[in-house]
Amino acid sequence: MSTADIKLNPVEVEKLKAACAELNNEPGELINALHKAQSLFGYLPAEVQEIIAEEMNVPVAKVYGVVTFYSFFTMTPKGKHPISICTGTACYVRGADKVVEEFKKKLNLEVGETSEDGKFSLSCLRCVGACGLAPVVMVGEKVYGRVSPDGVAEILEEYAD
Amino acid sequence: MHLMICGGTGCRASESNIIEEKLNKELEEKDLQNDVQVVMTGCFGFCEKGPIVKVLPDNTFYTQVTPNDAKEIIEEHCIKGRKVQRLLYQDPEKKEHVADSKNMGFYKKQMRIALRNCGVINPENIEEYIARDGYSALGKCLTELTPQQVINLVKDSGLRGRGGGGFPTGLKWEFAAKNDADQKYVICNADEGDPGAFMDRSILEGDPHSVLEAMAICGYTMKATKGLIYIRAEYPLAIERLKTAIRQAREFGLLGTDILGTGFEFDVELRYGAGAFVCGEETALIHSMEGERGEPTFKPPFPAVEGYNKKPSNVNNVETFANIPAIILKGSEWFSAIGTEKSKGTKVFALAGKINNVGLIEVPMGITLREVIYEIGGGIKDGKKFKAIQTGGPSGGCLTEKHLDIPIDYDNLLASGSMMGSGGMIVMDEDDCMVSVAQFYLEFTVEESCGKCAPCRVGNKRLHEELDKICKGNATKEDLDALRNLANVIKDTSLCGLGQTSPNPILSTLDNFYDEYLSHVVDKKCPAGVCKDLMQYVIDPEPCVGCTACARVCPVGAIAGERKEAHVIDTEICIKCGACIDKCKFNAISIQ
Ligand SMILES: Cc1cc2nc3c(=O)[nH]c(=O)nc-3n(C[C@H](O)[C@H](O)[C@H](O)COP(=O)(O)O)c2cc1C
Ligand code: SF4
Ligand code: SF4
Repeated sequence: MSTADIKLNPVEVEKLKAACAELNNEPGELINALHKAQSLFGYLPAEVQEIIAEEMNVPVAKVYGVVTFYSFFTMTPKGKHPISICTGTACYVRGADKVVEEFKKKLNLEVGETSEDGKFSLSCLRCVGACGLAPVVMVGEKVYGRVSPDGVAEILEEYAD
Repeated sequence: MHLMICGGTGCRASESNIIEEKLNKELEEKDLQNDVQVVMTGCFGFCEKGPIVKVLPDNTFYTQVTPNDAKEIIEEHCIKGRKVQRLLYQDPEKKEHVADSKNMGFYKKQMRIALRNCGVINPENIEEYIARDGYSALGKCLTELTPQQVINLVKDSGLRGRGGGGFPTGLKWEFAAKNDADQKYVICNADEGDPGAFMDRSILEGDPHSVLEAMAICGYTMKATKGLIYIRAEYPLAIERLKTAIRQAREFGLLGTDILGTGFEFDVELRYGAGAFVCGEETALIHSMEGERGEPTFKPPFPAVEGYNKKPSNVNNVETFANIPAIILKGSEWFSAIGTEKSKGTKVFALAGKINNVGLIEVPMGITLREVIYEIGGGIKDGKKFKAIQTGGPSGGCLTEKHLDIPIDYDNLLASGSMMGSGGMIVMDEDDCMVSVAQFYLEFTVEESCGKCAPCRVGNKRLHEELDKICKGNATKEDLDALRNLANVIKDTSLCGLGQTSPNPILSTLDNFYDEYLSHVVDKKCPAGVCKDLMQYVIDPEPCVGCTACARVCPVGAIAGERKEAHVIDTEICIKCGACIDKCKFNAISIQ
């Protein structure tokens, strides 16, 4: 991990410490602490992991090991409009791969990347359980169903500001 | 009169909460809010046609309702008593409108035990659950039955675990009950990692109390006072509903100390998963709950001996639990009369893919795949030809035409080279390439392998590379043998269920679609036209009129030809983007 060079908002840091205290600083609650931290900061940069390690009485290496094990935890900040494309089986057989390609082309991003202006990030996820609407795309909390490659431009249009 | 509206994740994505608002607004305007009640329920299962609004008591089933339809439903149906014809389900064959859901092909062969309350009650109101005999199974156990009697009842019912393994539930409870300790745990596995399966989520969203009640019953049999539900963080709605349910159950004295005045103590807490498929495996799940990386460990010791915090624990799946209260109330004989000799009761399946009626279905064990696909599922989408059905998710296999009449149960699916798994069923048609499908699943396992043991970590990567070679046309017949050998080695030597089953999609497609593999390696052709590297775009000079439309759209200038003369594609330059084929009005371009 890189050395600390991101300035964290001290108010959020205090909130994180309080959340850890609420979990009794119990090492067994590490994953819950990480969930809390990710909802506070949006992602888990090295600096946040160091605080958690300190508060939860575990080595930083262990925190890092857990963070990287679970795909829900991310060390890169998401875009303002995070785009997630469902690539579960139901969506796959109904053409989700073509939708992914179209997003990659239109945004000039690879899966897992965030655009330079911080506006969009692109990721794939496994099954939101709306298989009746396959293929499914989520932008933030909003769900788009039956998305075809041709419909991608239209979705992006909505976030053109 | 009641208007039941689906509040499951799928229908919510199609704005069912806005429909609810609009219906309520209309009712208020017409001053009908005391006569008609709008109830947000769990999933009806018929996701393909969602959002669904069902009118009770007449059972009218409105499909694909939009917020703009609210007014018409209230004015026509609720006030004038006339059904809104255009919103009724239309039978695709007879072209008739079917109003009553009982008469719809999708529901006729279904039998709802685990899903008994989904779409029937408001999951956020414990009183509605209680009104449907909720918590009376717990009451019966605590006041009329000894723990051993409850265990015997579950054993006699023949219920087997619905999380994939199919282990007899009663037997598992007995093991956990036998191990004494100062603290024991009842754990509910709600990790549901199989992409394309969403029954556990639907149960938790539509009927959370049934799971809480069953966990308490399990706690009674094994003398555990603590229940833990391990649920995916990706299921926010289910988490909310569970929290509400736990709070209400505590308020009603159905969780906590001295339940129903019997002195029995039991409470439930939530633990969150964080997106790792392998955490569905019970030992990995327990490590994850302890705050560790979710890596499986060798069994024995089984969780019944050494589980959460090294204490005896019993892990069951959500759907397994949901069956319990019904079994306690109706008896083991009732349950064991349903299903096949070795698989009793019903199973919930998530039917998806190239099928007309995508949705969640619950059917008696022993039903055939043919009935599921053609009667409940309404056949293959767009009139295409059925090719395969994949059951059991990433651990399962692809079954074909010849398996359609086998009665579905744990043992028959296993004998056919697939498995029950958690109940995902993905239908594929003639446009799907089975080698690519196998590759899709392998990609999933490679990504989800925890990396602890070499056969799974390294072996699956090699399998994936072999498949890639086949799809690119670089493989030989010897590679197919190597593929099979390696697959068998991984199966035999992996530490946990993930690695032990991950080659199944390859082995079953090799068995059932060997010719398709041969086409890829010998003829270098993909019969379904999916593998890009094996395709060539060609222009048939006969129908080609030389309109130049294709040449103008080609991004790389691969098409040459004079106006009004047949054009030709230079396959060396062509990047196989498919743009020309869409443009040609004369159907002159084809993929070969
Ligand atoms: C890789 C892997 C993933 C699994 N995922 C799940 C799951 O998502 N949900 C589940 O209930 N069981 C899952 N299981 C099965 C569990 O290990 C365990 O057998 C099950 O929860 C026991 O409950 P049951 O007897 O009620 O089925 C999985 C097993 C393996 C090997
Ligand atoms: S089989 Fe795979 S998932 Fe299971 S322990 Fe081995 S590496 Fe991990
Ligand atoms: S498939 Fe694409 S690249 Fe190939 S000839 Fe047609 S338009 Fe050109």
